[in-house]
Amino acid sequence: MTRLHVDWTACQGRGHCTELLPELLAPDEWGYPRSTDDTKEPAVPVALLPHARRAVRHCPRLALHLVGP
Amino acid sequence: MNDALWYLARGTGVTSLVLLTVVVALGIANRAGRPAFGLPRFGVAQVHRDASLLAVGFVLVHVISLFFDVYAQLELFDLIVPFGATYRPMWTGLGTLAVDLLIALVGTSLLRHRLGLRAWRVTHWLAYACWPLAFAHALGSGSDAGAWWLRTVAGACLVAVVAAVTWRLSTSARATVLSGDTR
Repeated sequence: MTRLHVDWTACQGRGHCTELLPELLAPDEWGYPRSTDDTKEPAVPVALLPHARRAVRHCPRLALHLVGP
Repeated sequence: MNDALWYLARGTGVTSLVLLTVVVALGIANRAGRPAFGLPRFGVAQVHRDASLLAVGFVLVHVISLFFDVYAQLELFDLIVPFGATYRPMWTGLGTLAVDLLIALVGTSLLRHRLGLRAWRVTHWLAYACWPLAFAHALGSGSDAGAWWLRTVAGACLVAVVAAVTWRLSTSARATVLSGDTR
């Protein structure tokens, strides 16, 4: 299963990913993305893959990555 | 036919200036990291991106139509290398320079994921040089430069960019004071 990885050294909580992928990411009180299922690297269901790729492409800090198959 | 090219060049030139103004204003709004102009954050970024690609299209038509225009007398060389044109070399050259910067800006943005953030960011500062060059080129080279409508459009563009830059400077100054970050 493909997973979503946040590079915390790059992330500044600019909030694009939580807007584009609310199914998997929600902003914490400082705007940083927190996975909605409270896992470190949330699994991306196949149906959400295009949206996840879009969020990865749009991250202004290039901090979001898809890992795994 | 030649008149049509001339009109096309002028029209696409003015449209390019307006689009580049929108791109700069949205780029600055995007940098603030807050929703702006009634758009969510990713929306500001998306419209910034789309408007810049649209501007590239209009600039392309502007340049190509002038290349085939007999009065402008542009060589293929002049489309990339500034200040060599026969007609108003100085003002035309500013436009050519703006095109070169635009190519660098859009090229690096399309390759952002391969270049990495630092290289992309450094190049993206060129936007602050690109817009004034395009603005000066429009006023100095444009055959409508004396017309009231062009002055109105150019004035509105100038106000928009100056307001955006001022806003950015003031908010970043305030953020620096608030965070105690004096770097």
